Amino acid sequence: MQVIYGWMEALLPFSWIQFDFMKNALLAVLIITPLFGILGTMIVNNRMAFFSDALGHSALTGIAVGILFGAGDTNLAMIAFGIVFALVLNRLKARQTQNTDTIISVCSSLSVALGLAILSRGGNFSKYSGLLVGDILSITAREILYLLAVLLVTAVFWLCCFNKLNAVSINRSLANSRGISVTRMDNLFAVLTACIVMLSIKWVGLMIINALLILPVASARNLSVNMREYHFFSVLFSMFSGILGLIVSFYVNVATGPTIVIISAVIYFATYLYKKICH
Amino acid sequence: MLHRGPCGLHCIKINHLGVELEGQVILEDINMHIHCGKLNVIIGKNGAGKSTLVRAILGEIPHTGTIEFKAEENGTLQKMKIGYVPQKVNIDRDSPLSVYDMIASYHSSFPVFLHKKKSEYARILEHLKVFEAQDLIDKQVGKLSGGELQRVLLTMAVMDFPNLLIMDEPVAGIDRNGMELFYTNIERLKKEYDMAIILISHDLEYVQRYADEVILLDSRILARGSAQEVYKSSKFREVFGERVQEETEGVPCR
Repeated sequence: MQVIYGWMEALLPFSWIQFDFMKNALLAVLIITPLFGILGTMIVNNRMAFFSDALGHSALTGIAVGILFGAGDTNLAMIAFGIVFALVLNRLKARQTQNTDTIISVCSSLSVALGLAILSRGGNFSKYSGLLVGDILSITAREILYLLAVLLVTAVFWLCCFNKLNAVSINRSLANSRGISVTRMDNLFAVLTACIVMLSIKWVGLMIINALLILPVASARNLSVNMREYHFFSVLFSMFSGILGLIVSFYVNVATGPTIVIISAVIYFATYLYKKICH
Repeated sequence: MLHRGPCGLHCIKINHLGVELEGQVILEDINMHIHCGKLNVIIGKNGAGKSTLVRAILGEIPHTGTIEFKAEENGTLQKMKIGYVPQKVNIDRDSPLSVYDMIASYHSSFPVFLHKKKSEYARILEHLKVFEAQDLIDKQVGKLSGGELQRVLLTMAVMDFPNLLIMDEPVAGIDRNGMELFYTNIERLKKEYDMAIILISHDLEYVQRYADEVILLDSRILARGSAQEVYKSSKFREVFGERVQEETEGVPCR
């Protein structure tokens, strides 16, 4: 880690880089933002924005369950809960007995309520309120390595399975007729989304994690006409608003997550206007 | 591309197929015998189980009964390949998905978000030419007209020479010229590709002109035969009413 810190100090001629927490935060941003940019493309294609939002909210319950069972590492409890939550939602969605939105809403409300109830026992909720906004400045070197591992797993998954995911998203019966296991693809994608959301929620915050997943992708959709442009712009906008947001928040002294979201939203409206004017 | 002629050796047999979903019988005792080089059209009211039948044949939902495929080429039994043309695709108007992206997603393992692979691009272009859709390859799928999209989907379905082609005819977005072209293309597929075709259709007039066999479905098979035979049957009148039956008279048949 010290070697990387050394490089960063040598390469970046800014005063804020001398703080270790800023170095860590920058590294985290450099990992999380492309990850969100990539993952978001499929979340939007599959119209799963509400699903990822519900997953973010279920993090509360994950932590609560972890504390209830005395798990030392709440990260693990959160990921485990997230995976179960995502798979159960997928299962219910597949049955199609009710509107998907309604099912997600029911599961999400129950899970948030359970989480809040458990965490607020004895009036202790304020201890966890940081989870709502997130704090990327408190990330440690070890946690950056976790995120790096997830980025690598995602990259490999995307290289191997993106075509199949895309095929399923375009038409499920058609994908099925080509021998693609539709349910397996759905589940793999939901599990991956759950892991990423759960691992990054502490740094990004439950309230705004969905904005980071959706906004850069929505901006990219305003400009792109094919999958290559879509991915390129999505990752570009995501990283740009992440890095700029971190620096701006340092100077203005506000929370980093919301600053990133505001910049992303400005980019969205700019690309929207560009599309309206030029097309 | 088009190098195969009809052989008459393949056939697909559906025996006593039934589908039950959540305790409700959707289809029962469906028996069909489909030969290559023939256009079999399924007609019926909404909710008659037409799409369910397609999903059952595609293996997407559990069913009772059997689906047999017989084909001997060079003395070995082959596995049945099914090509499918869906009625619609889940794509918004501004979806960043080109025709190349869509076809390559189904037919190639090289990730489409990374780079446009030259050999794959050339192969897809070659196949699109069959249906005069080569100019569409870089267009956004969401911006295609109904007829254009259908030609692209048809290209995709027949790219690797399936034995059975199943098509769900789109109801919206295709004008008369488009329909005419669609059925001309089906005729070509029948003759030049030796394909058995199952089509779900909503246009009784075109069915009368082009179908080899018509199957009237309402949970079970109510009538089957040539279009003329089916349209004259009492079951047809029960399902579609007298007015429709009168309207179909006088349309030229095959």
